[in-house]
Amino acid sequence: MEEIFYKEIGELSRLLESGEISSEELTKAFIKRTAEVDEKVEAVLSSDEVGALEMARASDGRRREGRSLGELDGIPVGLKDVLALKGRPLTCASKMLEHFKSPYTGTAVEKLQKAGAVFWGRLNLDEFAMGSSCENSAFKKTKNPWDLSRIPGGSSGGSAAAVAAGECAGALGSDTGGSIRQPASLCGVVGLKPTYGMVSRYGLAAFASSLDQIGPFGRSVRDCALLLSTVAGRDPRDSTSVDAGEIDFLANCSEGAEERNFKGKKIGVPKEYFEGGMSPEVEKSVREAIGKCSELGAEVLEVSLPHTDLAIPVYYIIATAEASSNLARYDGIRYTHRSERASDVVDLYFKSRAEGFGEEVKRRIILGSYVLSSGYYDAYYLRAQKVRTLIRRDFDEAFKKVDVLMTPTSPTVAFKFGEKSGDPLSMYLSDIFTINVNLAGLPGISLPCGFSGDGLPIGLQMIGKPFSEAELLGYAHAYERSTDFHTRRPSL
Amino acid sequence: MSETGKIDIDYVAKLARIELSDEEKSKYSKQLGQILEYFEKLSKIDVSGVEPSAHARPVYNVWRTDEESPSMSLEDALMNAPKSRDDQIVVPKVVDDA
Repeated sequence: MEEIFYKEIGELSRLLESGEISSEELTKAFIKRTAEVDEKVEAVLSSDEVGALEMARASDGRRREGRSLGELDGIPVGLKDVLALKGRPLTCASKMLEHFKSPYTGTAVEKLQKAGAVFWGRLNLDEFAMGSSCENSAFKKTKNPWDLSRIPGGSSGGSAAAVAAGECAGALGSDTGGSIRQPASLCGVVGLKPTYGMVSRYGLAAFASSLDQIGPFGRSVRDCALLLSTVAGRDPRDSTSVDAGEIDFLANCSEGAEERNFKGKKIGVPKEYFEGGMSPEVEKSVREAIGKCSELGAEVLEVSLPHTDLAIPVYYIIATAEASSNLARYDGIRYTHRSERASDVVDLYFKSRAEGFGEEVKRRIILGSYVLSSGYYDAYYLRAQKVRTLIRRDFDEAFKKVDVLMTPTSPTVAFKFGEKSGDPLSMYLSDIFTINVNLAGLPGISLPCGFSGDGLPIGLQMIGKPFSEAELLGYAHAYERSTDFHTRRPSL
Repeated sequence: MSETGKIDIDYVAKLARIELSDEEKSKYSKQLGQILEYFEKLSKIDVSGVEPSAHARPVYNVWRTDEESPSMSLEDALMNAPKSRDDQIVVPKVVDDA
């Protein structure tokens, strides 16, 4: 029988509902599991055992009185350490915010709270969500649970690794250029980046505001659907959040849905994504997965996204430009690290930022400042925004012909520590399949579709039309239920 | 895009308000040079007549009614301040003594 800490949320809910376990017992099981494996995995930056058990006991009380808040009530969930929960640390894995405590709770976290979730673990990331390997954290290097000598992916590497290692039942992360989907792929779990505007960004530490989205990690597609259904929705506190109407995110994730979800649907395979640079094992698994979806009733068509190879320059111009502006708030004055060496207030900015930010964050702020600077703005930033329009149009054209696009999530399986950390450009290139989705504001999901010869997980990315999450989750669920990749667990 | 691969690191670090060591300056200059060279791809694309996208989907002004609502307490607002006194944040002196 499967260990309790590896069960899907749906099943844990049934056990809670039937009274076979209490939330307190469940939370203790995750606390114990974390104590056993996190020394190796290092996914958790901080945790509050007392607080978690209080939430769990409150949940048990509600259930006893017949006032359960629903399926998530009493379920231990982890949070990427960029999401604000009042009174709790919010480090962004940066020395700049090492001692910061959130003065308020963000919207997505508040919604989970209202659904009765138990917060267990604040999870590691690349500093300020900038990176693809978790190596940029100022505090620890999270390991891939499938092979501790390899990176878990990034930036939400702690969230992906914690779910994969059974340290929490599900988690929230954030995705600016692939930061949910790529670590989900490399750690063998499911991760979803919603359509831009689907989830409020209020209470998410900003990296690149036109690209950032909060999204779920889970052990199954349905678990992600459940978490998304809880956190989605328009929020007056984020003017870019959208009222997408009543969406039943779980509608297509029910038993038996696999039989109907692909009937009469068209899958687009973007040819540019398969034109070299991808490992043969990844390509084989992804092509087999697409074949499986075709067996389930879908028609497969080749489509073209001609501006695909421009995504890296466009993304790294736009994201760094927005970051250089967003991170100007970390000035050493109001709530961050403050240098003790400064001679005057201007010097205080320079020295506090020099001491507080790590190498990659400085590199990106400098690059962003450069592309926005007088004389270069038109050549870099404005031009990148125009090419962003072309990239979005490519997707609009493709979605006139097909219902969903399928690609690999990452061109390779998890790489070794240090393999790319000395060469920023090669690290940036590992995001090639995920960043277009952020530039176009589309929903994308990564789910397990195979393993390499070395036993490392491979992820399939499905990309949908804006606000088509219910359908997208349905395709992903149908594929998932026809395979057993999502049921395999790392040996820790 | 002129002067490919050249970046005036002192000037840009000043814009970014980050003090850099000599070692960092030479490292970043070299790496950013390579990255900018890679970005050259963009200069070859014809973007005439293409509207820039600030967001993936158009976002227009979003209005709310001008109503008073509770805001963060003074205590919460100051809880992370590196130095505070009398409900204010203490900073190094900005104005010289006359």
